[in-house]
Amino acid sequence: MSKPVLRVQDLAVTFSSYTGGLLNRHERQLRAVDGISFDLDPGETLGIVGESGSGKSTLARAILGLVKVSRGRVMWRGEELTGLDEEALRQKRKEIQIVFQDPVASLNPRMTAGDIIAEPLWTFYPNMERLQVEERTRGMMKMVGLLPNQINRYPHEFSGGQCQRIGIARSLVLNPKLLVCDEPVSALDVSIQAQIINLLKDLQKKLGLALIFIAHDLSVVRHISDRVMVMYMGQAMEVAEKASLYRRPLHPYTNALMKSVPVPDPKLAAAARQESWLKGDMPSPYQRPKGCIFHNRCPLRVKRCEADVPALRRLENGDWVACHRAEELDLSIQVPASG
Amino acid sequence: MRQEGLLRHATTRLLGLVPTLLILITIAFFLIRMAPGGPFDGEKVLPPEIRANLDANYHLDEPLLQQYFRYLGQIITGDFGPSFQYKDWTVNELIAQGFPVSATIGGLAMLLAFVLGTLIGTLAALRQNSAVDYSVMGVAMLGISIPNFVVAPLLILVVAVYAGWLPAGGWDWSWQRMVLPVITLALPVIAYIARLTRGSMIEVLHSNYIRTARAKGLPELLVIRRHALKPAILPVISYMGPATAALITGSVVIERIYSIPGLGSYFVQGALNRDYTLVMGVVVFYGVVIVVLNFIVDLLYAWLNPRIRYDVT
Repeated sequence: MSKPVLRVQDLAVTFSSYTGGLLNRHERQLRAVDGISFDLDPGETLGIVGESGSGKSTLARAILGLVKVSRGRVMWRGEELTGLDEEALRQKRKEIQIVFQDPVASLNPRMTAGDIIAEPLWTFYPNMERLQVEERTRGMMKMVGLLPNQINRYPHEFSGGQCQRIGIARSLVLNPKLLVCDEPVSALDVSIQAQIINLLKDLQKKLGLALIFIAHDLSVVRHISDRVMVMYMGQAMEVAEKASLYRRPLHPYTNALMKSVPVPDPKLAAAARQESWLKGDMPSPYQRPKGCIFHNRCPLRVKRCEADVPALRRLENGDWVACHRAEELDLSIQVPASG
Repeated sequence: MRQEGLLRHATTRLLGLVPTLLILITIAFFLIRMAPGGPFDGEKVLPPEIRANLDANYHLDEPLLQQYFRYLGQIITGDFGPSFQYKDWTVNELIAQGFPVSATIGGLAMLLAFVLGTLIGTLAALRQNSAVDYSVMGVAMLGISIPNFVVAPLLILVVAVYAGWLPAGGWDWSWQRMVLPVITLALPVIAYIARLTRGSMIEVLHSNYIRTARAKGLPELLVIRRHALKPAILPVISYMGPATAALITGSVVIERIYSIPGLGSYFVQGALNRDYTLVMGVVVFYGVVIVVLNFIVDLLYAWLNPRIRYDVT
């Protein structure tokens, strides 16, 4: 196996909020990301899934240095990114880029598509000839499936899917080595989702990108990932190869997420609804349950889960899981998922 | 493509100005005529023959509607007629004399206010909820609340009388005599613009495309200048239209306190003396200035915000 390009070690991001009035001010700490570790090989795709509020997007931004990291390290090709000063971190943007969730709002409405895509070039290569910049911009547009003659249009003249293509062209214009996709398709129609995912897959193959792909939907991640990490309340519940994860989830939470994927067959869907696994909502991030953080929603909990925190540990097959009962449970998927 | 959109936008807006001005003139004309008294109602009652001669001379003996149409025909040629009060002066001459003075002070004040206001507002937004933010906004609130007839004498007292750095008033087109009136005029506007800028800048800085700009690897200064400043300044721009008009057409208070021969004093004098032509002239002039400035603001708006251009069909 080749050396990983990205190593994330025990990464944590904590947000503070204040309650109370001017005098009896209390600080509350919200652990959005809480001790996440993983390696990413060149050209590999890691999918990250979890419910809303599980810390996926914060993790993505922490890797990019867009939010302040409170603990842990992000190592990029042997160099530590956490703790770099603003200018040094800025230089790394050439190598690590991000595609954002809301494609329309993420584009400056006052700039043309061409300007949006070309801006990183102006910034990092101020001496580049105008013609060369335009040529590269048109090239990028063609590569992501936009028409180069749309270069002077504004974002509001494009559809959501096209805007995301602009966002992807913009993120790739500097030839990065790692692309972090923060729920790039969750705001799009299902038919467009497939187009964008296929586009990302093709581009990854063509450019040899390492990819971190975040989604709250396991079926989306399945299509593109090599490995999948399942997050819950800022922690990793399971990190597994795609094939084994989708065949036999190790963690009850992964299983619960699988069961909540809509089934496009009314008969099967009724059955799936009956054994709905996930009870209630995620607890308040300010009051984290003792023991396993998932225990109060877990249908398979035992006494031990309420007291002991399960460590993220490696199993024989190389997958990682944070559940006391991982070996004894058999959560194999009985019904082969359609499609 | 981009230019055409802007040009069409400009012509549509320009055509809309004509009815606006016509309504303004009509209302002003009949309002001032409805006010009791007339230009020749002095303390000394004029002999009826002389009065009749005067009225005939100024066409005041005609029916009001006829006078109105006469006036309309007159101002279309750009002639505001003679002043009733200032003998041997036409209204055009009075405006030509007063306006450059008022416009200079007002224009400089607006320039100062715009530059300082956006700068202060941006700084406060970047340091949101810090000591810097709170103190700057506190001072700005003071700037808005203290009326200029308090600020002006205070400035004169401290800067001109005690320190003796600058003259206390008067006018000779030298920069020394402009400093105090310009500052007095600009202070509340600086404060207002700073508050406007701060508010919208905070909102813009939280938007997704600013995050994108940071992710692109832009230095923070460029993020602000290229991405955040334009949209953050939009509310300031729309405020600046009427504000500039108010500043450059002259402030009576400022012109009185600093003894400046500007347009504002003529306006008040004209109204008090029922100097119909002078009041009408200044009102129409004021109206044209406001309408033109608003038109410029509209254009700036469209230039700053490409989405607007396509809303007009």
